[in-house]
Amino acid sequence: MRVRAQLAMVMNLDKCIGCSTCSVTCKQTWTNRDGVEYVWFNNVETKPGIGYPRSWEDQPHWRGGWRLDRQGRLRLRSGGRWRRLARIFANPDLPTLDDYYEPATYDFDNLLSAPASDQMPVARPLSAVTGRPLRLEWGPNWDDDLGGSALYAAHDPNWAGLSQSVQRSFETTFMFHLPRICEHCLNPACVAACPSGAIYKRQRDGLVLVDQDKCRGWRMCVTACPYKKIYLNRTTAKAEKCTFCFPRVEAGLPTVCATTCVGRLRYIGLVLYDLDRVEPALAVPDDQLVAAQRGLFLDPADPAVAAQALADGLPPDWLQAAQASPIHALAIRHGVALPLHPEYRTLPMVWYIPPLSPVLDATAALGGDNASADDICQAVAGLRIPLAYLANLFTAGDVDLVAGALMRLAAVRSHMRSVTVGRPDPADTAAAGRSAAELEALYRLLAVAKPKDRYVIPAAHREEAAELAQWTSGCPLDRLPLGIAP
Amino acid sequence: MSTILFGVWPYLAGAVCLVGHVWRWRFDQFGWTSRTSQLMEKRWLAIGSPLFHLGALMVIGGHALGLLVPASATRAVGLSDHAYHLVAVGGGVAAGAVFAAGAVILTIRRFLSRARFRLSNRPADLVMYALLGITAGFGLGGTLVLNAFGQGYDYRPTIAVWFRGLFVLDPRPELMAAAPWPYQVHVLAALALIAWWPFTRLVHVWSVPLGYLIRPPIVYRRPPS
Repeated sequence: MRVRAQLAMVMNLDKCIGCSTCSVTCKQTWTNRDGVEYVWFNNVETKPGIGYPRSWEDQPHWRGGWRLDRQGRLRLRSGGRWRRLARIFANPDLPTLDDYYEPATYDFDNLLSAPASDQMPVARPLSAVTGRPLRLEWGPNWDDDLGGSALYAAHDPNWAGLSQSVQRSFETTFMFHLPRICEHCLNPACVAACPSGAIYKRQRDGLVLVDQDKCRGWRMCVTACPYKKIYLNRTTAKAEKCTFCFPRVEAGLPTVCATTCVGRLRYIGLVLYDLDRVEPALAVPDDQLVAAQRGLFLDPADPAVAAQALADGLPPDWLQAAQASPIHALAIRHGVALPLHPEYRTLPMVWYIPPLSPVLDATAALGGDNASADDICQAVAGLRIPLAYLANLFTAGDVDLVAGALMRLAAVRSHMRSVTVGRPDPADTAAAGRSAAELEALYRLLAVAKPKDRYVIPAAHREEAAELAQWTSGCPLDRLPLGIAP
Repeated sequence: MSTILFGVWPYLAGAVCLVGHVWRWRFDQFGWTSRTSQLMEKRWLAIGSPLFHLGALMVIGGHALGLLVPASATRAVGLSDHAYHLVAVGGGVAAGAVFAAGAVILTIRRFLSRARFRLSNRPADLVMYALLGITAGFGLGGTLVLNAFGQGYDYRPTIAVWFRGLFVLDPRPELMAAAPWPYQVHVLAALALIAWWPFTRLVHVWSVPLGYLIRPPIVYRRPPS
C-alpha cells in the first residue's frame, strides 16, 4: 500500500440552476486574456445536449481518453507513442476553433460614435479573432436549457442504446445542468500524451498542471483529454487548463468556481488512494469500473491507512483534513457521488451527485407523493429512460448504481420530512439500507453544511513556500528534476 | 567583397545563430514553441504541413550528402560521376518539389485564413518566411535551370569544397565567388536564415520530442528533498 493524497471535488447536480456564475468568475480570473477568449476552464452544459466543444463526448470521433486493446492492455485511444509522433506535423483529431466557437465582442463604440440618424444605433457582434463582423451561429452555451434541442440535444452521445421514441419523450420531461472543470484525473490522458513531458501531476495534491516553459505546442494533449478540458492558447500556441485555482487552495481557500457558486453545490476535499491499486482498477471491464474506482480510495479513519499515510510523507494536518473530507463522505461513505464517464478510464477526480429533481417531478406527474420514499423509489425503478441516460453519463451504463444513489437521496428526503413532522418511519431508513444517523449526517452535508464543512482544504506548509513557488515559475535553469512515475 | 560575403558572413551568421539560441533558451522558454496554428485551420494543414516537413527533412539530408561527401568518396565506392549526377539532380528536384508543394499549400492557407492569423503572425516569423522563400526559390530554381535543363554545373569541386572549408577553419571564398549567381544568392539567403533562426518559431526544430518514446507515461513532480 502506497498512500497518496488527491484534491477532489463533488458537485451536487440537484442544486445546479445553470446560472453559469462559476463559468463567468472563472473566466474573469483565469482566461480574460488574448488568445484564450474561446477557453472556458469551467463551463456549464445543459444535459441532454452536445456541450462544449461540440459533442466532446463522441470519443469514436475525437479519440480522447483510454481504452483496453484486444489483449486487455490500457492504451490511449489516440494511439501509441510512435503513432502520436508520426502525427506531429498535423494532428487529425484536433478540434478547431469552429468546434468550440468563434469568440465575439460587440461594436459598442458604434453606440457612441454613430452619426445622428432616424434609427437607433446597434452594437454589431465582432469576432474577437478576426475583428470582423460575425454572424452568431454557435457558442459555448448555444443549446442552454434545451434550446434548439431537436438540432442539438438529439445528437447527445449519451443517447447511445436508447431508442428514438424514448429520446423524444425524455426531452420533454428531463433536463439538468452539468458544470464541468478539469477532472485532475489519477490517470490523466493529457499527461501521457504530452510529447514534451510538460504536463505533470503534482505528487502532493494530485493537481494536473502545464509547465508553460516546457510546453512546445505539440497539441497532443487536446486530443487525448476525453473531457476536452485542456486548450491551446491561440496566441502563445501553448496548452492551458484549469489549475484547480492552485494559488488559492495552497492558501487553504476554495476554488473560484466553488466560492462563487450560488447554489453552494460544490464540495472540495482530500481523498487518500492506494497507488498500487490504480493499475488494476484501470484494467477491469466496463461494468466494474465504478466499483473499482471507488475501491481505490482508502478510509482515512482506518488506523492502518493513517499510519501508512504518515509513513508515506503526508503531513498530520493533511491526514486530519482527509478524515474530515466531504468528498470521501459523499463518494464513499454515503455512496451518492459518481464519476463522470468512468469508461474513459482516466480516473476523474471531480464527481457528481446525480440530479433527483427530475425524478421528483416524474413522481408527482405519476400521481405519487414526491416526499414519500416508497413512491420515489417506485418512480426511480419505473423511470428507465432518465436512469439509462444518467447511467451513460456517470456509471458506464450501470443503471442500478445510479438508481441506488437516487434512492439514498430520496430516503434522506422522506426521512427528514417524517422527522420534521414528528412521525419517524423506520421503513424509510430500512429501504435505503442506512441508519437514521447516517441519513441525517448526509442531510446536513447536502443541505445545511457551512463552508468549513464543504471545503476542507489543508493549506500548504509555509516552510515549503519557496519550493511551491518553483513548481510553476522561476528560472528555467533551476528547473525541478522530473519525477519518475512512482 | 567576396571575402566578406563568403568568408566572413558565414562565421558571423553562425555566431549569431549560436549566441541567439543560447540567449533564447536562457531567457525565453515561454516563447519556445512550434507556434502551431492548427486550432485556426486544419484541412489545408493536414496536407501542407506533412509535405513541408518531410520535404524539408529530405532537402536537409540531400544537402548533407551533396556537400559533406567529397567526390573522391563516391568514386571510391564505384559510383560514376554521371550516375551521381542523376541521383543528385533527381533526388534534389524530388525533395525540392515536395518541400515547395508543402510551402505553397501552407502559404495559400495562411493567405486564405489571414484574418484568423491576425494575432498569431509574428513579424520575426514573416521575415523568416521571406528568407526561406528566397533560399528555397534560388536553390530549386538554380538546380532546375542549370542542372536539370542547362548544361550542368558541378558544385562538388567548388561549392562543396568551400562549404567543408568553413568547418575546418579554412575558408576559401574565391571558390564560392566563382559559382553561378543563383547559387550565390541561395547561399547568402541561407546564411541569413541561419542567423535569423533563433528568433523565430524555427527553434522548435531542436525540441523534437524523442524523449517521449522512453519516458514513463504519467509524469509526477515532487519538491526536491
